[in-house]
Amino acid sequence: MSDFVLEGEPKVVEPTIYDLSTPGRTGVTFPEPDVPRSDLPESMLRKNLPLPELAEVDVIRHYMHLSTFNYNVDAGFYPLGSCTMKYNPKINEDTCRLPGFLYTHPLQPIETVQGNLALMYTLQEWLKEIGGFAAVTLQPAAGAQGEFTGVLIMRNYHKSRGDDQRIKMLIPDSAHGTNPASASMMGLQVVQIASDERGNLDLKILKKECDDTVLGLMLTNPNTLGLFDEHVEEAINIVHDCGGLVYGDGANMNALLGIVRPGDLGIDVMHFNLHKTFSVPHGGGGPGSGPVGVVSHLADFLPSPLVDILEEADGEVAPLFGFITPEKSIGRMKAFHGHFGGGLVRAFTYIAMHGPDGLRQIAEYAVLNANYLQARVRDTYTIPFDRICMHEFIAEGRFEGSDIIALDISKRLMDYGFHPPTNYFPLIVHEALMIEPTETENKDTLDRFADALIKIADEAINDPDLLHNAPHNTKFGRMDEVKAARELVLCCWLPEDYENQTT
Amino acid sequence: MNTPSNLKYGKTDEWFDPETGGIGLSDYAQDQLSDIVFIELLVEVGDTVEVGTPIASVESVKASAEIYSPTSGKITEINDALAETPEVLNSDPYGDGWMVKVEAGKLGEVMDAAAYTKYCEERDQ
Repeated sequence: MSDFVLEGEPKVVEPTIYDLSTPGRTGVTFPEPDVPRSDLPESMLRKNLPLPELAEVDVIRHYMHLSTFNYNVDAGFYPLGSCTMKYNPKINEDTCRLPGFLYTHPLQPIETVQGNLALMYTLQEWLKEIGGFAAVTLQPAAGAQGEFTGVLIMRNYHKSRGDDQRIKMLIPDSAHGTNPASASMMGLQVVQIASDERGNLDLKILKKECDDTVLGLMLTNPNTLGLFDEHVEEAINIVHDCGGLVYGDGANMNALLGIVRPGDLGIDVMHFNLHKTFSVPHGGGGPGSGPVGVVSHLADFLPSPLVDILEEADGEVAPLFGFITPEKSIGRMKAFHGHFGGGLVRAFTYIAMHGPDGLRQIAEYAVLNANYLQARVRDTYTIPFDRICMHEFIAEGRFEGSDIIALDISKRLMDYGFHPPTNYFPLIVHEALMIEPTETENKDTLDRFADALIKIADEAINDPDLLHNAPHNTKFGRMDEVKAARELVLCCWLPEDYENQTT
Repeated sequence: MNTPSNLKYGKTDEWFDPETGGIGLSDYAQDQLSDIVFIELLVEVGDTVEVGTPIASVESVKASAEIYSPTSGKITEINDALAETPEVLNSDPYGDGWMVKVEAGKLGEVMDAAAYTKYCEERDQ
């Protein structure tokens, strides 16, 4: 390694689109209008709008070039814990572009979109079967909106029974970070429940907190330690006994497909992450999709509309699909019907391609891969909760007698061509590295990744500066994350009269 | 790890100064959070707080955390300057890093410096 970069100094200076601008250059030239011009009133025109001026080819080359800086799941291994960055089969891209799906509008009469509705109905049925639920809504636009939907349903259920003193949401310290956020958004009081020494929910603490002010428990199982709670049914019963409901965070469903149905465990509400478990691409900000499943006594509260059969099939005549509104519906969570092409068609394709046995294999291989990796690095890294893991596991990114931290290890992994794991989550582990390989990686990739982790541990002791200053092999060196967070600059330019415009 | 002996410490890493009524974040906690980049005070002068009322929310490059009041009482002063200089929470957690001052009522469960130091060491295992 010869060309070390000082911390914070980029190796290359990449021009912005503004740097490339030359006055007068243009991508499109409009012909002179053949109708009289009607200018906007002078008072409504902005004086200062510095947009870049470039030819089309220069714009394309600039962004094409920038796109090659991206790391993505099609480029390499992406073990970002709890994000389930599996390979997304390309057949999904074919199906979601079928003209019948692509060229439809959500306001079309239902008779003209029966295929779309049949797909949504079937997907609802499949998710019911996979999760063990009585009813499913496809509406939520993301996992966190699914959570919010679920919590609203829980609240309205209690309210409908005149039980409105329930203001507390119990959330384990090993839950996903969105759970307390969703509960807070509802105005609920979040009560954190500690984990015990085996990484399970501490039942003693749970029992102590359970009373008639508890709206429910939000349970991530497997939790963010990658562990299946060994007393999950007991924990659920404790909450039910005090009249609370149990929300399941389905983001880690990849570990359970075809093996455990959360509804069978007693979970009352759960969101699915189609963009994790069911191969909808994500990581670039969307499109997410977070359908919510509920048990029978909550079905009446689901958002409207739901897809249902309005007229049963009759002999040769196909059934008529359409929309229904559940009796005590919490209302709409989103305009129209969820992320149809982006999420629902892709997830439908994925489930149809795999079938029940295939889905079970996905879970089995996801768990096997995580356990294989854990076993390979166990002697080198501390595994704080060392037992058979599910689809992911946590290692500590620190070593006795060394100042190396999880961030250094993550950055160094980039030099070896890997996306870093999730780091510093869950918060209950020091210097956490959260590693989720997913089922789509073969043994060679897992071995290369384990080899890199083991090599980095050696470097941490024998050549720590190699880690302190990593990454070295990427386009840019170590970013100054503190400066970036403290001195937010999100614009290339500010209009001269910016202050006047905002005050 | 610095734990001044004149202060009391809460389980969620707040310090409380019985003399001045000051509340802030312990040295151990700022070290765990690493570089703090943002703070929002959630209370105003005159507010009444209970033990466990969130008084501030801080974000570091690693995590975000809420700061809970270790005592009941009435807020008498808040440290507005922190919003502009969250880094003093790292550099001077017991001095300029104070968050609020309270006219303290009933103190919650707190530890003295020795007990808190031991509590932190246990968590480091």
